[in-house]
Formats: sequence, C-alpha cells, structure tokens
Amino acid sequence: MTVAFLILAALTTAGMAAAMGLRNLVHCVLALTLGFAGLAALYLQLGAQFVGFTQILVYVGAVAILAVFAIMMTQSAGSMTRPVFSSAWLTGSLVAGSVFAVLAWAICSSAASRKMLPPEPQATVHQIGDALMHRFVLPLEIIGLLLTVALIGAVVLAMHGKRETQ
Amino acid sequence: MPETIDQIFVIVKHWLLGYVPAEVQPLFSALLSVVPILVVFPLLFAITTLLERKGLGRIQNRYGPNRTGPYGLLQPIADAVKSLTKEDVVPHTADEVVHFLAPLLLVSAALLGYAVLPVGRNMIVANLNAGVLFFFAVGSLVELAVFMAGWSSRNKYSLLGAMRAIAQMISYEVPLVLASIVVIMAAGSLSTVAIVKAQAGYAGIWPHWFVFTPWGFAGFVLFMIAATVESNRSPFDLPEGESEIIAGYYIEYSGFKFALFFLGEYLGMFATSGMAITLFLGGWAAPFSFLTWVPSYFWFFSKLLVLIAGFIWVRGTLPRLRMDQLMNFAWRFMLPMALLNIFIAGVWHFMPAGLSRWLVCIILVAAPCILLSRGLKKEKKLQVRTYRFAE
Repeated sequence: MTVAFLILAALTTAGMAAAMGLRNLVHCVLALTLGFAGLAALYLQLGAQFVGFTQILVYVGAVAILAVFAIMMTQSAGSMTRPVFSSAWLTGSLVAGSVFAVLAWAICSSAASRKMLPPEPQATVHQIGDALMHRFVLPLEIIGLLLTVALIGAVVLAMHGKRETQ
Repeated sequence: MPETIDQIFVIVKHWLLGYVPAEVQPLFSALLSVVPILVVFPLLFAITTLLERKGLGRIQNRYGPNRTGPYGLLQPIADAVKSLTKEDVVPHTADEVVHFLAPLLLVSAALLGYAVLPVGRNMIVANLNAGVLFFFAVGSLVELAVFMAGWSSRNKYSLLGAMRAIAQMISYEVPLVLASIVVIMAAGSLSTVAIVKAQAGYAGIWPHWFVFTPWGFAGFVLFMIAATVESNRSPFDLPEGESEIIAGYYIEYSGFKFALFFLGEYLGMFATSGMAITLFLGGWAAPFSFLTWVPSYFWFFSKLLVLIAGFIWVRGTLPRLRMDQLMNFAWRFMLPMALLNIFIAGVWHFMPAGLSRWLVCIILVAAPCILLSRGLKKEKKLQVRTYRFAE
C-alpha cells in the first residue's frame, strides 16, 4: 500500500463517484474519463505498460469520445431537474453493503486467496505478442472476425440511412 | 572529440547530478531531462510562428512581418506581449471549470508526447518498452481537450467546430497508426530507441532509413498527411479556418488561453513530426556515412526544420478541403492504402534481397494508389467547370 497506490486509488474512486453523482451530464462524462485515466495509472504502477497505454488509447481515446459524440448529437446535457439521489437511499445502501460483505467473506475464505503469490511475471510487449500469436491465436482471429462484422454492420446501417434520406 | 560534442548534454547532466545527494537524484534526473524539452520546443514554436508568417508571405508574393525588429525577428516577442496583456473574456453562460481546463489539457497532452522522442544518441526522456503506443495514447487525449473547449463555450459555432474537429481527428487516427505499424513490423519493437537503432548502418554511403524503401515511402507519405490532419493544419483546417467558422472551437478564448491553444497545436505538430523522423527518417542518424561526425541532435533538429518547412509550404499552396471530401479521403483512400502497405511490407520482408523485390513492391504500391484515386475520381463525375455570367 504505497503512497502512489493510495493517491491513484483515491483519484479513481473520486472520479467514478463524481461520474455517478454530478448533475451536469458533460461533467459526469469528464469525471468518468478521469476515472479511466486513474485506472490506467494503476496499471502502470503495477508494471503492466502495454495494458496501461492501451487503456488510455481505447477508453479515453475511443469510449469517452463515443460518449461525448452521443451527448453532442442528442444535445441532452441540460442540468437534471430531479434530485440525483433517490428517496430510498438508506435501503439501497444497506442492500449494497450486505452484498459487499457476502462477497468479501466468500473471497477471503476461498482457497484462491490462500495460495502463495507467484513471482511477478515480466509482461513485455514481446511476450504479449508471442502469446497472442501462439497460444491465443484462435481467440484473436475470432475477435477480428467479430470486429469486422461490427464494422460492416455499421457501414450498412449508415448506408441505409443515406438511402432513406435520398 | 566529436563524441564529446555529441554527448555534451548527457555529460553535463551526469556532472550536475554528481552535486546532488543520492536520495533526490532520481527526481533531479527527471527534472534535468524534462526542463530542456520545456525550454527548447516552445522556443522552436516561437521561431516557427515567425518563419511561417514570413514563408507564407513570400509564397503569397508579399513580405511577412518586417516592422518589429530587423526582418521582423522580434515579432514572436510582440505576439507574446500582446497575448499576455489581452483581457481574458469568458462568456457569462460558459462552463467556467471546463473552459479553464481545456487549454491546459491540450498543452499537457501535447507535451507528454515528447517523452519518447530520441532527440540524439542516448538523449531520450523515457525509454519506454512500448514507446510508440504511449505516443498514440497521449495523442488521443487531445480530442478530449477539443471537445471540452467546444462544449464549454456554449456557442453553437464552437460546438459545430468541435464536432468537425473531433470527427476529423478520429477518422485520421486510423491511417496514422496503421502507417506506423509497418515500421514496428520491420523493426520488431515498439521502443523508439530500438526503431532508430534498426535504421542505423549504411550501405556504402546511403543510409538504411525506412523511407528509402517502397513501403516506407508510402508509409511516410500517409503518416505526414495524417499528421497534418491531427494538428488541424491547412489544408485540413476546416474546424478552425477563419473564413469558415471563425476559429471554430476556440472562438470564445482570448488572450493567453488562445495562445495556449496555438502553442498546443504547434507542439502537437512538432511531436508528430518528431515521431515521423524517428519512424521513417532514421531519427538522429546522419544522411551520409561521411557525415557521422556531426552531432546527432543537429541532425534531428535539421530534419524537424525540413518537415516544418514542408508543412508551411503545403499550407501556402493547397486549398482547404471540405468536410465530406476530407472524410472520403480518410476512409476510402488512406485506410485501404495503409492496409495494403502492411501487406507490401510483409512481401518485402519475405522476398530475397535484390532488384526483383524492389520492382514488385514499387508496382504493388503505385498500382493501387493510381487505380484507387482514378476510381474514386470517376464516381464523382467531375467535369471542367463552366461559368455563366449575368448579361
């Protein structure tokens, strides 16, 4: 529990809590992006360089921009008129607290938490590439196929929209 | 003696670190690496604003600024004084916090990219294992800053400019990354230091830079076009052109914040040019084998100045692209060319060295380029423009 971890964890938690609690939708999206950046920093602090930078590239660079585009296209970012916290907040927090307690008890008393931690692996980019090309090549190809299908589907949807307006 | 001049900054840094106690040495080492970047590149920005205005003026058959100081050399100082003393106007209904943070995020994201550029031999701020990935990840923070600027101004032209700018930037991010993948394939590493090392060595007097191969040349051209778009420069400056949308997403910024946007845009341009130099033009390597006695940082900055001159030349020459022309160009021309380029780099790698591999790769690059551009032009049914004047 180093100081760096505590600061980054506080930043991430604050960002995600603000993303749920702020009134202005754009402020919520920006706080969510701050939370993503905090997660990326946590990955970097653990020594996973590739995952950390990919988190920034994908989440901050693509997912946050997607959310931002949705806001810009629909222009629905006025302040909320009803309060952010619902009237049943006490019951909600009790339920959430008990679920957390059950899960924490289950994890702490399971066999997996009692195993000795293995030595920290060196996850260099070279090794990730090796694993992707040798051991995990089938999932890689299937994900590529899935992404291609999604891309073609998006193009078809956009084309249909264009035909209708013409 | 040439090695001493080449490594003079590294030697000075180690000498200064000797005067500091051991506990604070990592912090001081980081400071000593970062402060020169913060000094040199904004200085280069100031010089570039002057060079650009003089250069554009000469292309347009006029003098550039020549009143402030001899040959207008004190113009950057005049610009700085003006932007610092202007009143900072924030619209009444604007979102003040986001409005304030947008230029800060832009400049910070642009400056972060310099951490992985090898400016000279052994002169890099952070030798990351995944350096190129870090560079592109940081570049994607710029789009968020553009959105923040456009949205917080509560101005529909500002929002429109921000939408166009973000659409343009995310469209061209794909060819940018794909064009750099060929270099990563050829060098076998994501680290910028390893990529520069893979381009060291000379065949006779000619260097082994990647730009001197067919796939490298195509990749370089694609990368430079995408770099022009990523920094919203002419001919892709529709979101910020003055006759289009009056400065687009930074309409509502004045004084120092406007200067920060300007600075962030140019710093992004320098960083992407620096990455192009690292990936394609051999980094700090000398162009001929008999010139290796010249210090390495001299070559890096000379190549950077050549690329900046290229940017200024293109800005003064080509007309602005319309939004749909821009998008078509990205998705229909540059993306297929970038994907084909990856295939061609693979062909180059697996064919034996010799004349046949050059011929095959040149044909594989040139033929799709010509056919694709002809095919895309034909479907627009372009004719010679005729004018009808009032009688």
